[in-house]
Amino acid sequence: MTMNTQGRPTAPASVSISAIDTVSGSRGLLQHEDLLFEIGTPETTGVDLPKPKGVKSRLGGVVRKAETGLAGLSEPQAVRHYIRLSQKNYAIDLGLFPLGSCTMKHNPRLNEKMARLPGFADIHPLQPQATVQGALELIDELATWLKTLTGMPFVAMSPKAGAHGELCGMLAIRQALIARGEGGTRKRVLVPESAHGTNPATAVQCGFIVDEIKANARGRVDMDDLKSKLVRSDDIAGIMLTNPNTCGLFETDIKAIADLIHAAGGYFYCDGANFNAIVGRVRPGDLGVDAMHINLHKTFSTPHGGGGPGSGPTVLSEALAPYAPVPFVIRDEDGFYRLVEQTEGAAKDSFGRMVAFHGQMGMFVRALTYMLSHGADGLKQVAEDAVLNANYVQARLKHVMTPAFEGFCMHEALFSDAFTADGIETIDIAKALIDEGYHPMTMYFPLVVHGAMLIEPTETESKAELDRFCDALESIARRAAQGDETLKGAPYLAPAKRLDETRAARKPVLKWTAPDTARVAAE
Amino acid sequence: MRYLPLTPNDRASMLATIGAASAEDFYTDVPEAGRLKAKIAGLPDHQGELAVERHMTKLAAKNRAASAGPFFVGAGAYQHHVPASVDMIIQRSEFLTTYTPYQPEIAQGTLQTMFEFQTQVAALTAMDVANASMYDGSTACAEAALMAARVTKRKKVILSGGLHPHYAAATRLLCEAQGLTVVHLPISIDGEGALAGAADGETACVIGQSPNVFGTVTDLSGVANAAHEKGALLVSVFTEVVSLGLVTPPGEMGADIAAGEGQSIGNGLNFGGPYVGLFACKDKLVRQMPGRLCGETVDADGHRGFVLTLSTREQHIRRDKATSNICTNSGLCALAFTAHMTLLGGKGLKQLAELNHEAACELADALGGVKGVEILTPRFFNEFAFRTPVDAEAVLAMLDEAGVVGGVRASRLFPDGHMGDVIIAAATECTTADDIAAYVAALKEIV
Repeated sequence: MTMNTQGRPTAPASVSISAIDTVSGSRGLLQHEDLLFEIGTPETTGVDLPKPKGVKSRLGGVVRKAETGLAGLSEPQAVRHYIRLSQKNYAIDLGLFPLGSCTMKHNPRLNEKMARLPGFADIHPLQPQATVQGALELIDELATWLKTLTGMPFVAMSPKAGAHGELCGMLAIRQALIARGEGGTRKRVLVPESAHGTNPATAVQCGFIVDEIKANARGRVDMDDLKSKLVRSDDIAGIMLTNPNTCGLFETDIKAIADLIHAAGGYFYCDGANFNAIVGRVRPGDLGVDAMHINLHKTFSTPHGGGGPGSGPTVLSEALAPYAPVPFVIRDEDGFYRLVEQTEGAAKDSFGRMVAFHGQMGMFVRALTYMLSHGADGLKQVAEDAVLNANYVQARLKHVMTPAFEGFCMHEALFSDAFTADGIETIDIAKALIDEGYHPMTMYFPLVVHGAMLIEPTETESKAELDRFCDALESIARRAAQGDETLKGAPYLAPAKRLDETRAARKPVLKWTAPDTARVAAE
Repeated sequence: MRYLPLTPNDRASMLATIGAASAEDFYTDVPEAGRLKAKIAGLPDHQGELAVERHMTKLAAKNRAASAGPFFVGAGAYQHHVPASVDMIIQRSEFLTTYTPYQPEIAQGTLQTMFEFQTQVAALTAMDVANASMYDGSTACAEAALMAARVTKRKKVILSGGLHPHYAAATRLLCEAQGLTVVHLPISIDGEGALAGAADGETACVIGQSPNVFGTVTDLSGVANAAHEKGALLVSVFTEVVSLGLVTPPGEMGADIAAGEGQSIGNGLNFGGPYVGLFACKDKLVRQMPGRLCGETVDADGHRGFVLTLSTREQHIRRDKATSNICTNSGLCALAFTAHMTLLGGKGLKQLAELNHEAACELADALGGVKGVEILTPRFFNEFAFRTPVDAEAVLAMLDEAGVVGGVRASRLFPDGHMGDVIIAAATECTTADDIAAYVAALKEIV
């Protein structure tokens, strides 16, 4: 035995965390990291480029005057910089990410591998079409999956994200109304007050006026309110309805809603953000939907990447399909896949072009990989397990927290803050979850529930993970009910304490500026 | 199934806890007509990794990768070399598999990189402030037009004849949906300057592009002055961000808003997406900006930290009064951009820009030497238009047979532009002397 022969203690002494201060600012594995501009210099570089030959410029004097002054880092510095920063992030690969309505499920690594095949990653959107037949075939194959799963006849693939898909659907409705000669008169769009903020924002962006409809005590559209909004119907453009809705509930009256809107001469836009709850089990096309976007990152597991890229293919009914945006892919009789890029011929009634190229190809590859991996049988199981997991969380927590509505939920469980003691708020519960090692649930949304807490576990969590999470949240909920003031300071164990958002907005500092060297020297 | 952890036993015990007989119970709210009894018909069942990989690899093999040989296609997306470490960084789980940083205490990694990205974009464009990204250059351009209309409370938007036609189309679409009037000046290889005479007292903004879709670089200072005299804004657009290492940036020309495509730095061609839209403006306009912004603040211990800020512009707070409906943007592509830009540094970017310019100069000299070929772009960075003595589509098809992807035919971008004999070709640091020689040799055979 050569170890511990010099009196080295083998059991830890007890010292509180707060007593430890470090010179470096790091705390063990959690490294302090300055901004890259404070580490690097404009002369430092992490690339080795050949020396320019000094060819005579053909810029005609249109040259940059001031240097960018941007700092660079060598490769080891850069890698360390970003890895250190990465360690300050929570991620689905670290643990359960119950952000309701945002759907953070496992992102399979096969998707990433496939998206990096040079045949997909290294092809140009304007290459001759004969040289990208595999890419066009892939888009067509993904489109077939989306049409089959939704029971809709057409899908516009170019929208860049969910909100962009909303824009696509609403622009198609706008164009259909113009074609009917009612573009100038039908301006009112009904939007439930529980809707994502993107819905009203999209409607306005398309030149529509938003008319809010109330929710009933069961968390669904209040049919009486809806009917009252349709008494006058000659100005109705349509409705934007999320289903399953943001309360995690299926709109029981959806068929009746569709019929009412159609009878009023309007169109039914369905926000498909929560399609993951029903994929493989319910086809929106059977319910009277005219347009619906699908967030590929939510239902079909493309990574969210800390804020995108998303991808929002939008399925359209027969009534709206003629107005779909260009470009789209068609298959000629001889099997050649062809891009329709101009608003003529097959696209003569198209409302136009939304983006420069063909949509989020990188996301298409990942989504199709995911679909092929699951198949029709697996996708049905995906929806069932997502709903089962959410109901399990609801069942485990309903004795200590206040479910917003009675009965089973779909893919997410919604609670109000009614169970908390005075002075303890939703945000305190959310931040306490961070100390337990979890990303908080969606908080204060939907707006129709006071202090809303929206929990979406997704189908990629095991029962053991759910139990661990529920144990943690149950304990926090009990403390909240008892008025435990220590919750107000949470999180205590995160890379940062609560941040001052008011200060950030009052005098915005939106970029780094070099310190005034003279002033620094004087100090 | 490999992505589904629940076992049959788990499901049974969870159903018991819930008090449900089967998963069917959860779907009773769905109208009978909408409930599928069996799995959806017409789609295959699940497959293992190997089978899926085979299927996808087969599709990928039907495409001709840019790196497979001489390649000169640009016009809004560009072939560049991305350092290996960039892809490693964006595949880091903590960046790849996280959400929008709604909880800043556990998202300082994402937030700090956003802040660094904003700083880099502001410096590159020589503008005061940049946002945390848009979907792509075309949607950034469209949003810039809408922003200008909000700022000036005017309803006319004027587009140059050299603006990328896809950008023009995306901009026209959104503007007209909001009741704005769009005036598109005649297609012109060197016509950005015409914007100066186009602005009037009702104009919200003029939108010019440099380098434009034909590669022409233009100092828009005169346009900016003319626009400002009429109370209009200048939106300065670019599709090749590497040009900013060498060419006069929007801020030095007096632009009020800069909008462009950032794909060239950090991001592959990806058949058109995902890309990263860059958006910057003058300080005083920041509250009318679309998209996410990251700002500096302190935490409860007084340590520097970063948060999403000025959210009262955004849809999740302002709903129907938001500046835009944009939510998810291009976070991971912005991270790729910022990581590559960090490796380059200011000096590296300038050198990269010089190499691009030199490659294009050499290509222009070589092609210009072919009988009957005329270089049309008077001043260019890494891309230019040229006229061929025969139909451009036929030329490109024959070049393709010789293994050379020779560029974009202008008629694909401007079907009504009477440009059937014009090709737009780009060269970058990836272009070798052999590539150029192969191009010239093949072209000589054709014309």
